Amino acid sequence: MSQQIIHTTVNGEAISFLGGPTQTLLDALRDNLGQTGSKEGCSSGDCGACSVMLDGRLVCACLVLAPEADGRRVDTIEGMAVNGQMHPLQQQFLEQAALQCGFCTPGFLVAAKALLDLNPDPTETEIRYALAGNLCRCTGYDKIVRAVQAAAAQMRAAAVAPATAEVAR
Amino acid sequence: MAELAFNAPLTLAQAFSLLAAPTDSPARPDGTRPLAGGSDLIVQMRSGRLRPQRIVDLKRIPELIGITREPTGWRIGAATPCALLGEHAALRADWPGLVESACLIGSAQIQSRASLGGNLCNASPAADSVPALIAAGALCEIGSGMGTRELPVEQMLLAPGRHALAPGELLLALRLPVRAPNSGDAYLRLIPRTEMDIAVVGAGVWLQVDGQQRIVAARVALGAVAPTALLVPAAAEALIGSTLASAAIETLAAAARAACRPIDDKRGTAAYRTRVAGVLAQRAAAIAYERACAAANQGTQA
Repeated sequence: MSQQIIHTTVNGEAISFLGGPTQTLLDALRDNLGQTGSKEGCSSGDCGACSVMLDGRLVCACLVLAPEADGRRVDTIEGMAVNGQMHPLQQQFLEQAALQCGFCTPGFLVAAKALLDLNPDPTETEIRYALAGNLCRCTGYDKIVRAVQAAAAQMRAAAVAPATAEVAR
Repeated sequence: MAELAFNAPLTLAQAFSLLAAPTDSPARPDGTRPLAGGSDLIVQMRSGRLRPQRIVDLKRIPELIGITREPTGWRIGAATPCALLGEHAALRADWPGLVESACLIGSAQIQSRASLGGNLCNASPAADSVPALIAAGALCEIGSGMGTRELPVEQMLLAPGRHALAPGELLLALRLPVRAPNSGDAYLRLIPRTEMDIAVVGAGVWLQVDGQQRIVAARVALGAVAPTALLVPAAAEALIGSTLASAAIETLAAAARAACRPIDDKRGTAAYRTRVAGVLAQRAAAIAYERACAAANQGTQA
């Protein structure tokens, strides 16, 4: 396999690794970089278990060749909790029991965050369309949608709270 | 065992010379393949159906990514992800049917990568954006080391999986005409669910009305009912001179059905596809007509 040095920024950290075009970005993340949070489900872009952000856009890492990531920014589930503090989506997935086996969860979290970053107050229909590329075989969709709604509400409240505190003072 | 080579050229000239370079590996018989979003190509490579010797990633070439308004109309770089089409308000205002067709392709994840150029060159009979491109009168801008040429989209497709590009040629962009006054387009597809599926039938319609809301020009295209997407002139003729009254839409449906040469497969029988093609052509025409009339009304008020 023709290998090359691939320079990327993964979750804010500059990382270079040796990879080739018979590898996907998902293979590289899991096998070369030890970032095993992104899962391999279908390997054909149908299930979304490998969802990551590539230069700020939601993609299936199984449908990106590793060398395509050269010079690009990759954000994965490993970067979602900051300084040990879970993202509101992660908290709500736990509190609302929005997972059973958990295999699809990293992909759902990354895709849901991509939605909420663009649209802080999505309708249920918008959530269901935005997550249509993520499959859960434990049939947890309803709880997943509720968890995303709860996280969105929590994030909106947190965004308003500092301003309110300012007024109160 | 020959290696798979990967190149990400930064210029068209580099891409053309890579595409022209000979490949000769018996173990990798599928030569050089351009890579846009990879949502078809990478799946085919991983399944073993396609074994190229060289991949040429097109996404670092400025001419192949982006949407620009030019004097002749819109130019959409062949590798531009569909998500960018959906986010482009001015393009959507001019060609809502085309943008809707592009945004029906796959999930949010796929939208970030999949392109009009890839959808066309993959040459699936059921490609969603192709009937909409044909109805819109879109042209392919094709380049090679020898220069560029243009080809109507309906002439680009030869058979399932086969397109009209010569060896060494590359699809550079799709060109949409300036939207004619008082005109509108629409695309509809039938799938057995609401999202994330492949068209059983697709129908794209563009039409233009006069001051009395009579249709003066039209283009009708169908997908998934023949080996390639079809331009159906007889269906368009059925609309000319009408205000979409019942007689005209019955003639439209009959002409659409007469053009169908579908297969039976797991998505639908030939008879079902033929019947639905007429219904979808009618419904797409109704949406395009509404849009054209709205444009005409706006024109009157302005």
